[in-house]
Amino acid sequence: MNNLWGDSLSGFWSGWIIVITLGTIAFCWWILFANRKTDKVPDAEGNVDTTGHQADGIEEYDNPLPRWWFMLFVGTIIFSLGYLALYPGLGNYAGLLGWTQENQWDKEVARAEERYAPIFAEYNDIPVPELAQNAEAMQVGERIYLNNCAVCHGSNAQGGYGFPNLTDDAWLYGGTPEAIKTTLNNGRNGLMPAWQQLGETNINNVANYVLALSGAEHDADAAAKGQPIFAASCVACHGPEGKGNQALGAPNLTDDIWLYRQPGQPLLEAVLQTLRNGRNGHMPAQTPYIGEDKVHLVAAYVYSLSN
Amino acid sequence: MNTAFEHPTYNYKVVRQFAIMTVVWGIIGMSLGVIIAAQLVWPELNLGLPWTSFGRLRPLHTNAVIFAFGGSALMATSYYVVQRTCQVRLISDKLAAFTFWGWQAVIVSAVITLPLGYTTSKEYAELEWPINILIAVVWISYAIVFLGTIKQRKTSHIYVANWFYAAFILTVAVLHVVNNAAIPVGALKSYSIYPGAVDAMVQWWWGHNAVGFFLTAGFLGMMYYFVPKQAERPIYSYRLSIVHFWALITTYMWAGAHHLHYTALPDWAQSLGMIMSIILLAPSWGGMINGMMTLSGAWHKLRTDPTLRFLVVALSFYGMSTFEGPMMAIKTVNALSHYTDWTIGHVHAGALGWVAMITIGSMYHLIPRLYGETQMHSNKLIAVHFWLSTIGTVLYIAAMWVNGILQGLMWRAVNADGTLMYTFVEALEASHPGYVVRWIGGLFWVVGMLLMALNVYMTVKRSNTESQPLPQTA
Repeated sequence: MNNLWGDSLSGFWSGWIIVITLGTIAFCWWILFANRKTDKVPDAEGNVDTTGHQADGIEEYDNPLPRWWFMLFVGTIIFSLGYLALYPGLGNYAGLLGWTQENQWDKEVARAEERYAPIFAEYNDIPVPELAQNAEAMQVGERIYLNNCAVCHGSNAQGGYGFPNLTDDAWLYGGTPEAIKTTLNNGRNGLMPAWQQLGETNINNVANYVLALSGAEHDADAAAKGQPIFAASCVACHGPEGKGNQALGAPNLTDDIWLYRQPGQPLLEAVLQTLRNGRNGHMPAQTPYIGEDKVHLVAAYVYSLSN
Repeated sequence: MNTAFEHPTYNYKVVRQFAIMTVVWGIIGMSLGVIIAAQLVWPELNLGLPWTSFGRLRPLHTNAVIFAFGGSALMATSYYVVQRTCQVRLISDKLAAFTFWGWQAVIVSAVITLPLGYTTSKEYAELEWPINILIAVVWISYAIVFLGTIKQRKTSHIYVANWFYAAFILTVAVLHVVNNAAIPVGALKSYSIYPGAVDAMVQWWWGHNAVGFFLTAGFLGMMYYFVPKQAERPIYSYRLSIVHFWALITTYMWAGAHHLHYTALPDWAQSLGMIMSIILLAPSWGGMINGMMTLSGAWHKLRTDPTLRFLVVALSFYGMSTFEGPMMAIKTVNALSHYTDWTIGHVHAGALGWVAMITIGSMYHLIPRLYGETQMHSNKLIAVHFWLSTIGTVLYIAAMWVNGILQGLMWRAVNADGTLMYTFVEALEASHPGYVVRWIGGLFWVVGMLLMALNVYMTVKRSNTESQPLPQTA
């Protein structure tokens, strides 16, 4: 079967396709012309004799094929044969036009590049902070954002469960123009390990300590017990004061901003869930989809949202 | 059931059973359609439960209307037509009874497993492998009963309706077995034996022939009996039926690839799917012409006979959707219509306008005769049902045309800088009014089906109390 679906077919399969395709079309042509008998003379009502068949009282006239219908049938067959001459269809025969869906795509992309690339290239030399002030550029940036980023970060860019808010000053990986562009160009993978091995009591204590860091309501005894565990296990990423580390994408735990908290979910429950099961955040690299020029524009747009 | 009306020669019992279940499954299947249409208007109606979510109820809707409603209608009418036109009783009452109970078991299994989330994820072939085996067994039994009865016929000639029924039964058997070939890995879980693009091609070879043979050839069989019967006119052209029958069954087999334009399917297969779909136009229209022209000399009956009106309007929608289909199979048109609501509108022009209306017209002819009557209880109710169905269909397909073309154009619109003019969700928002209209169209349909159920109930009840003898027919 592999040959049948590869770039080209083996000689046998190619021949087989040609034979059954043309055979099918020839059969249609034959059955049509074999029944093109017009010697029947209609009576005054326009009908001819019945065939003499009787099926539960149903009789059959034997009227000739309607001429317009006959021509329609012939027309579709001729169109199809013409199409098969021009386009791929008969096995490995490529068609006179040399058309493939891949080269149609390539041509359309090249045409779009030629037409639109200069528009984006114009903005490419302007630094992000300056571009963020350019209303026209930001309109284009917003369009790119809405079609590529809004599905996760929201059309208002305020994010959602698991998707960071882009309009505030809290940044997992940094909010400088360079950091934003790095995020967009290469994507990000955030990993919070699961800590089940600490045991449920310890997890509960650490969670209360984490709540204490941002001044949220917490159990002070538990938090006190959680502090040494935090110091032993969490500081490597989140830092001794829990302020996070943008080089690692470790969030600041003191700012009362929570990426993984469902609306209405008690904070303690959300933090416990994170500690028990860990988290995986994934921001896909955008360059493969929209190219560096558009990344530059959309970076400026994201920058403008909080500056 | 009053056995006084049992036909002395023919097995009407199995026909009655399938006919009644046609109405029952019609109401259930279409109500499910109205529910999921409402979910697209008000997503809260998913109720936040997995069992009632759109993704699970949608395949239940399609299975219920195609295989439960459509399947019961095809089995009822084919068993009736094959006996009447071959002048012989079904070869086996037991096997016929097995096809009835087996088919109902298949449908009940679907009603249980689909909401629970058991699915192969193949469209119109969602049911898991144990149910597929049951379908195959029932279907082969159906083929034996139907074809065996033809073989025993007392007439020299096989009537055209039976050609279509036979083609439908044989091809669906082959298509079902090939498409559902899978390796079971659990009681209700299996994996298709085909890889990637081959799987997609096999799936749409089945998927389009579910339309071509289940929903077209089978129902053309129905048309070829009930239209001339109800109009009391001879079929227009025997030779036209020969040409369009052979051309239809030959070319339909190829058309499935048009579901996979601009995908990983090789170019040659896409092209063949397209040209065969275009060649299919004339053979499809052959059936419409033969049905319509059969009415010549009987057009005046439309004024007084709402049953005939159902049959004729069904043929009009058939002609319209079989013109639309080849157009949508053309690559450039498909590039606009594919993945939009236009496709759903096209399917329902066929499913409501053609399949359901030809079925309802046929049932209004068939059901009184199965119970020793010549007329349904109320002709007025049929007339109301006719208008509800016609208006419902027009609302449905018009809404989906508008939505489909709107979506297709919004998705491809670009700004002067080449960026997309609309986001996906804007096209979805713009579709909202269309979804409301579609839902109303569906409601019209369900109300019509409830009137039909009432009419059928009154007809059967009257037949049970009147106790008049069955007129002897040839």
